[in-house]
Amino acid sequence: MDRSEIGAAAQAVPVVQTEGVEKVYAMGDVKVHALRGISLGIDPGEFIAVMGASGSGKSTFMNLVGCLDRPTAGRYLLRGQDVSRFSRDQLAQVRGREIGFVFQGFNLLPRTSAVENVELPMLYQGISGRERRDRATQALEQVGLGDRVDHTPAQLSGGQQQRVAIARALVNQPTLMLADEPTGNLDSRTSLEVMGLFQDLNDRGLTVLLVTHEPDIASHAKRVVVFRDGHVVDDRRVTDRRLARLELQEGAA
Amino acid sequence: MNVLAATRTALRALRKNKLRSFLAALGIVIAVAAVVATVAIGQGAQAKVAAQMASLGSNLLMIMPGSISQHGAATGSGATQNLTRDDAQAIEKELTSSVSALAPMNRTGAQVVYGGANWFTQVIGTTPAYLEVRGWPLAAGEMFGREEDAAAAKVCILGQTVVDKLFGEQPAIGEQIRVKHVPCKVVGVLLAKGQSSWGQDQDDVILMPWSTLVRRINGSQSDAVGSLIVSARSPQSVGPAQREVTSLLKQRHHLADSAEPDFQVRNLAEMQNAAQEQTKTIALLLGSVALISLLVGAIGIANVMLVSVTERTREIGIRMAVGARGRDVLFQFLTEAVVLAVVGGLLGLGLGTGVAKYMAVQAQWPTLLSAPVMGATMLLAGLAGIAAGFYPALRASRLDPIDALRFE
Ligand SMILES: Nc1ncnc2c1ncn2[C@@H]1O[C@H](COP(=O)(O)OP(=O)(O)OP(=O)(O)O)[C@@H](O)[C@H]1O
Ligand SMILES: [Mg+2]
Repeated sequence: MDRSEIGAAAQAVPVVQTEGVEKVYAMGDVKVHALRGISLGIDPGEFIAVMGASGSGKSTFMNLVGCLDRPTAGRYLLRGQDVSRFSRDQLAQVRGREIGFVFQGFNLLPRTSAVENVELPMLYQGISGRERRDRATQALEQVGLGDRVDHTPAQLSGGQQQRVAIARALVNQPTLMLADEPTGNLDSRTSLEVMGLFQDLNDRGLTVLLVTHEPDIASHAKRVVVFRDGHVVDDRRVTDRRLARLELQEGAA
Repeated sequence: MNVLAATRTALRALRKNKLRSFLAALGIVIAVAAVVATVAIGQGAQAKVAAQMASLGSNLLMIMPGSISQHGAATGSGATQNLTRDDAQAIEKELTSSVSALAPMNRTGAQVVYGGANWFTQVIGTTPAYLEVRGWPLAAGEMFGREEDAAAAKVCILGQTVVDKLFGEQPAIGEQIRVKHVPCKVVGVLLAKGQSSWGQDQDDVILMPWSTLVRRINGSQSDAVGSLIVSARSPQSVGPAQREVTSLLKQRHHLADSAEPDFQVRNLAEMQNAAQEQTKTIALLLGSVALISLLVGAIGIANVMLVSVTERTREIGIRMAVGARGRDVLFQFLTEAVVLAVVGGLLGLGLGTGVAKYMAVQAQWPTLLSAPVMGATMLLAGLAGIAAGFYPALRASRLDPIDALRFE
């Protein structure tokens, strides 16, 4: 299916709509306010970078948006659906169908081939073995790893591992791609390649939400949101957006 | 996730830690092997006893030396020598109303040779009445008589199998064979009885006069008999015959009526009951051994599964992040435990069958593998797997995805 079509059809409904979302961790008697009322809307086709100091609540926010966790207070609508009151099992379903995760530490299954890692999300959607294999292989080709399907993570470079993780995040054709410091463990050139992949995917209509410390990385997004102490303190369009593909070509020339 | 995919995932996970998986399943392997082997051995032994009894006939009494308290096996070892030919004669003379025939029986294994052929078989030393008591006619030749017994004549009667092994198609009657270096003339051939229902060849036997076997082959001067088989006049006279034999022998052995006899008189029904009682006890014992070893096996699996869940916390987190529900994770780990138990069970079946076959060859009884027992044991192993896997799997399924992903 063509992403831009979905984007156009669903234009009216934001992909993510948080309304006064709070997250409080109770550590014994002490309460940690990780998020203090975040209201943020993300439209289909957006590419947002979340920035902020360490401990400002970026990961906490990502986990909520990714349905790995539920807010202490406030509402969270994913494609118009209030998921903040969903059960654990319902959240798992939503994660499987709507969300693709990319982590800083790759989080691939060790001693398991690339193609089997990419098949994993389909296993929980009742997709047949043959279709799983076909779609996983396709996704790996899409991220440029068509010749590495049988390699285990230990036999792949960091950049390649992250691309396997991106293929895994893509394979169920999610609505939203979430990446928490995806370039944190990569050198600058490999980071550029990964950002290029995200930009390609975004160009084809996928909504991307990315957490990063590095302004260089953030300037590949279309919009930057800055967190501080659980609040959004800045939310702006990126004016001179960087295009990873061009930078890579220039670097090579 | 369907069962097939879950089983494949489980097998892959178990293969990654082969040694640990094997050790985890070892308890179940041993439990299942023990059950299969011991049931087979028990049934084999029982079949052997039953066949020995069945081949004797229903009017029969068996008299064996030794009191019940000092007597081990029902077949009689003949370790005590207080039953003699004189006792046999006394019964024959005095109890004519209830006893129709009686024969002493001493057995030995012996190598027999004819020309270039030789064969190892069982030799029974007895009297001419043996054929009547057993109801076993000759196919050819004639039975030796009382005179031959008195003279310890070197004559013998061959079972059909021995004929086949030594003579093939050649006539056997009138030929001279050697039984443990004693030359014996073949005077008769028994009618072929064929295999007993449990597979023992009844025709693999040689009969000869009692004194020929005891004096010449065994080189003994003793009058002790291994056992006496007595045929009652009718099924109704089995009871009276048993009582009369007991009181006569007590009198001859100078024992008071109240004293414990130094011999045993058993009828077939009694022997069968005793064997059945023994089987029940064995079954009960086996049942408890099986349960205990299964329990130990299950604890082994539970332990390994708990370790595995902790080790693979991150994997669980990853699976949950990409859409696995609690029940998917539960199912995955439960499948692993069951696969472990079932694979262990299958190995146990193989091992148990091997042991049972080996024992059967050694002890010369049939290999009786019971399919229901094997099936039930496998089922129990599977249930043990579920029981063992449930708590670890439940713990895995209840993990918080974020905590699990962060787990180092
Ligand atoms: N499970 C938890 N229990 C208690 N406190 C937590 C938990 N997770 C996060 N916090 C706290 O919430 C706050 C926000 O944490 P979060 O991980 O969202 O920060 P972050 O912006 O992602 O930081 P970083 O850039 O270092 O990754 C921190 O003060 C942190 O200590
Ligand atoms: Mg973080």
